[in-house]
Amino acid sequence: MRLLINKIFLSLSVLSALIGLAFLGWILTTLFIKGLSSFHFSLFLNDLIDGGLRNLIIGQFILAGLASIIGIPLGMAAGIYIQEYGQGKYASIIRDLSDIMMSAPSIVIGAFVYAVVVVPTGGTSGFAGAIALAIMMIPVVISTTDNMLSLVPRELREAGIALGASKYKVIIDIVIKAAKVGIMTGILLAFARIIGETAPLLFTSETSNYFSLNLTESFPSLTVSIYDLANEPEEASRDLAWAASFILTVLVLIINLSGRFITRNKK
Amino acid sequence: MPVLNIKKFSFTYPGVDHPSLKNINLPIKKNRITALIGPSGCGKSTLLRSMNRIHDLYPGNKYEGKIEFIHENKEISDILDIKKENEFIELRQKIGMIFQKPTPFPMSIFDNVAYGLKIAGVKNKTELADRVEIALKGSALWKEVHDRLDKSAMGLSGGQQQRLCIARAVAVKPEVLLFDEPTSALDPISTGAIEELIVELKKDVSIAIVTHNMQQASRISDYTAFMYLGDLVEYDKTENIFLNPKEQKTEDYITGRFG
Repeated sequence: MRLLINKIFLSLSVLSALIGLAFLGWILTTLFIKGLSSFHFSLFLNDLIDGGLRNLIIGQFILAGLASIIGIPLGMAAGIYIQEYGQGKYASIIRDLSDIMMSAPSIVIGAFVYAVVVVPTGGTSGFAGAIALAIMMIPVVISTTDNMLSLVPRELREAGIALGASKYKVIIDIVIKAAKVGIMTGILLAFARIIGETAPLLFTSETSNYFSLNLTESFPSLTVSIYDLANEPEEASRDLAWAASFILTVLVLIINLSGRFITRNKK
Repeated sequence: MPVLNIKKFSFTYPGVDHPSLKNINLPIKKNRITALIGPSGCGKSTLLRSMNRIHDLYPGNKYEGKIEFIHENKEISDILDIKKENEFIELRQKIGMIFQKPTPFPMSIFDNVAYGLKIAGVKNKTELADRVEIALKGSALWKEVHDRLDKSAMGLSGGQQQRLCIARAVAVKPEVLLFDEPTSALDPISTGAIEELIVELKKDVSIAIVTHNMQQASRISDYTAFMYLGDLVEYDKTENIFLNPKEQKTEDYITGRFG
């Protein structure tokens, strides 16, 4: 009887795993077939107005890059505070809030930035989009920094202090260096996450058909354009959306894999 | 001649009612090795960690009594009076510490040894290089690492890492070195090398060492203090402690009847 239950349980879990994997495989194959059939290298040379994706890819990276410039230092500083300086109540309140923020729906963050940035400044802008992405990123960076610093042995901090170093020097010279690989991987994964976000950008940066470096107006975004293109009636637009989705997936995959690669090699 | 004189010292951890150390009186003599022995939880590490105030990394500890520090110029200061950051830095450069597990910093071998020197304000590159070399030679590590000073210290073996930590502490020319079970994570051969090194070091520094290993205490120390449940039971020359202890508790412990 027990053997039978064992077998049933095993086959059920295998089945569930297979179903999950099948869907993943299905998504990827559809994406590759549809994406590759409309993929062409000229997509990287022309802007959306000429049927290409160049401005969108560059724009997406600028938005995510700017978000990282805002989000990484803030998130790391907060993570360092929680782990190294914060004592008792305050640190755990901040930790809990950050965890809640991490699970906040991205569309809500988009709506929030719309209310506090887009409306007062009079219109969608690259800045607003970058801020929304930064807000998405901060809790992830906080939690990575917090977790990775907590893995650094206590003795290492004490050894620094015992040599006469002050606390901030020990943190900067020793603790962060010891946790560097983990923090970098976490940041890379956070970057991979925000680069594929649509909802926070939908009504903050919007998107643009033209190449632009002006962050004070609507800014080209790959994800928002995929959303727009997929809603167009023409076949050509939808094909372009498939190609864009394919490129985006490959980019995210590359960033994710390089994150794993760093961890594996430097440990 | 003591370099540290612990007088009527009590210590209480935060959030605990009872003191972990009660009324300790103990000298740490100049250019001698003093071993602190006793069963787990007797407070020997707590006492050692009070001497450089490393406890202060975590707030809320309560110190009572005195730990007098007799300086080279015969001046006496109380370690427990220290409040300012720069005084702590000064204290810890005079009283170094080596931990149970080797604690190499995630940087090159050279930078590990130079770290304390840089904090102490040594900027001149040739002076840094000279003092790193002297410290590594003094820790019997120079021969093994002189051709890879720029390599990461994490690639050294456990015993080498521990000698590197000793070199790092010796480099800033401390007056006292505190060893907190420095060989309990090492194999017998590395342990032998570290013990030899500690004996060698007493020419220049005064040493206090916490050890679980009674043979180690009898091999290397000049004086031994036996502690039990937060009390200092007996302190004497090492040979007296091991050959004819005055207290029954001491005898029971060193003959292995408890521990």
